[in-house]
Amino acid sequence: MNFDFNEEQMALQDTVRRFIAKDYTFEKRRAIRDSVAGWSREIWQSLADLGVLALNIDEEHGGLGYGPQEAGLVMDAFGAGLLLEPYLAGAVIAPALIRRTTSAVPGDTAAHNFQEEWLPKIAAGKAIVVLAHADARGTAVTEANGKLSGRKAVVAHGGCADLLLVSARTADGGTGLFAVTPGAEGVALHDYPTLDGQRAADIIFDKAPAQRVDAGDTANATQHAIEAALDIGLAALCAEAVGIMEATIAATTDYLKTRQQFGQPIGRFQALQHRMADMLLHLEQARSMSYLAAMHCTSEDTTARQRSLSAAKVTIGQACRFIAQNAVQLHGGMGMTDELMLSHWFKRLTAIEMSFGDTDMHLQRFARLSRAA
Amino acid sequence: MDLQFSPEENAFREEVRRFVAEQLPAPIRDKVMNGVHLNRDEHVQWQRILHQRGWGGPGWPKEFGGPGWMPAEQYIFEEECAAGGAPRLISFGLKMIAPVLMAFGSPEQQQRYLPKILAAEEWWCQGYSEPGAGSDLASVKTRAVKEGDHYIVNGQKTWTTLGQYADWIFCLVRTDPEAKKQSGISFLLIDMKSPGVTVRPIITLDGAHEVNEVWLEDVRVPVENLIGEENKGWTYAKFLLGHERTNIAGIGIAKRELARLKRIAEAEGRLDDPLFAARVAQVEIDLIALEITNLRVLSAERTKKAPGPEASILKIKGTEIQQAIAELMMQAVGPYALPFRQEDVGPDYAANLATGYCNQRKLSIFGGSNEIQKNIISQMILGL
Repeated sequence: MNFDFNEEQMALQDTVRRFIAKDYTFEKRRAIRDSVAGWSREIWQSLADLGVLALNIDEEHGGLGYGPQEAGLVMDAFGAGLLLEPYLAGAVIAPALIRRTTSAVPGDTAAHNFQEEWLPKIAAGKAIVVLAHADARGTAVTEANGKLSGRKAVVAHGGCADLLLVSARTADGGTGLFAVTPGAEGVALHDYPTLDGQRAADIIFDKAPAQRVDAGDTANATQHAIEAALDIGLAALCAEAVGIMEATIAATTDYLKTRQQFGQPIGRFQALQHRMADMLLHLEQARSMSYLAAMHCTSEDTTARQRSLSAAKVTIGQACRFIAQNAVQLHGGMGMTDELMLSHWFKRLTAIEMSFGDTDMHLQRFARLSRAA
Repeated sequence: MDLQFSPEENAFREEVRRFVAEQLPAPIRDKVMNGVHLNRDEHVQWQRILHQRGWGGPGWPKEFGGPGWMPAEQYIFEEECAAGGAPRLISFGLKMIAPVLMAFGSPEQQQRYLPKILAAEEWWCQGYSEPGAGSDLASVKTRAVKEGDHYIVNGQKTWTTLGQYADWIFCLVRTDPEAKKQSGISFLLIDMKSPGVTVRPIITLDGAHEVNEVWLEDVRVPVENLIGEENKGWTYAKFLLGHERTNIAGIGIAKRELARLKRIAEAEGRLDDPLFAARVAQVEIDLIALEITNLRVLSAERTKKAPGPEASILKIKGTEIQQAIAELMMQAVGPYALPFRQEDVGPDYAANLATGYCNQRKLSIFGGSNEIQKNIISQMILGL
């Protein structure tokens, strides 16, 4: 039992924290957010130069071979600066997915080639690969004769992808994973900003040419691999949330110490002190669960893994809501303005609660899995 | 970072589990498992069994007859005891006055009192609260006036838990009424058999006799029963409160009670109701998170001497969780929660659920109310 991070891990987080503090200021972020693309290639290259894009890729493919703990430390450090670039989608989920789906069959040359081609590019920041998984209601993506049809909804960072990995229902009723080039014929991509200032896309496939990249869905292997990769992403998302909540609480505490009303700092008032104490309780419980998520997100025991991750997402989702809402409340009118980072943290925390399954969904899944266990 | 216990710690857990399974008398286990209050003899019996094994003072260092365990071992021990249906250790002697004696008592006091605490030969109770001194503890009014080699003590203590069983009471008394609040307090050990000590029961809303009023009228207390220095009692009192909170999260007990909740809910078919199932899931999730938070605090304590303000987080969340479990258990049986103290009505497990719920309301009040804990968090952690 040891809750300390080692020196190498601390150094990694420090590096990212310094980068955010120096090169990802509020003004810089605002300029990136308001740009046409909504993200910055220059920043992406800087992240590649720092080595963080290679973090979750094995050494054999040009990566550093780290795990969820390190991904969490990096995401936590991004939190305060609200990175707009597609780190979670492109540098956490995509490598995990490629490793899991395309390496199922030893000696599979096509799969091997796919990994050889894409993982080093991701590590070097030369390619962004994004998973498009959630179907739009009633228009699930299906595959027939190597072509995809259907619609994917609110694909995070779908618009900046060099390659989309699209899950689709195959003729045999299983799930397949298909590589699709966004510019290909039959792909219509609608890229738009989301609540948190990031980007997402709805993508319509109309007999779009696709290359199958998974090793077949025997015993739901592909479905499981996608879920496993998303769980690694969820653990990283939890760490990001903790980073944001910590920054939010620090900023709100400072505000309470400086804002004067009735001739004293408002932090002297017990009603506000107790609200802050409640926020801190949520933060510490959330931090504990982000550690649990990092520890369990790579577990082979699917039930135990999903149960832990649902527990983590419930705790963190509730903390996101509570801390975000009360931080705005305690800032009074200032909390409502676009000019403070606070409102941007608020919006990202709101988005996190609604991503990867909301609190209600995970609470019910946890109840179901606990009863089955 | 590694959330796993070490192989040695897991082996120790096995050892404790086996010991509890083999040595805990079945009638005591049955009472604990069903939330029934234990009597003095039952508490003493279990304490003596532990003492024989050398485990009588889980938090005690070896020099005073304890096992000298690390925080993780104490945690495992308490968790396994709770899971196995062992009584909660009576903390007034073992966890409150004992650490004070070890830190501030004279060698004579240590030799006089500590062995009898370990062997359950003397039962202690806490004389802190008074009618006018609850959260504002430093406003205690009980007076102690020195006359020769005795203090003459007059006043009233209240909420004295299990004082009806006690041989001794440790008291905060005012020795200097002129000094500022905190600086005129001394820490006295008083024999409950002394003339002038009267214990009167307070019956709580669950119909139980757990707490008392203790009246002190011209009680003569030998000066050698003073802890440390006169008028320095507040320092010792605060030290004690710090120790009182080390296991305040009550993870082991909450786990045991959660298992009981699930058994009852399953028997009542309530887990088929998605709303009720979600409520149970919520408390289970909160408990998972709190267990990790607790272990984080324990881990941090290895490098610090006394528990810091983080213990307040554990106290608030731990008591909220235990109260939520008690509430859900009561709700699970529906109308059969209503018969009051009727053993022979409704399902066996229903008899004491409402009284248990009522009793557990105390958790967020005692040991520094949860509101006081929030004051501590906002002031000590957040600096407000």
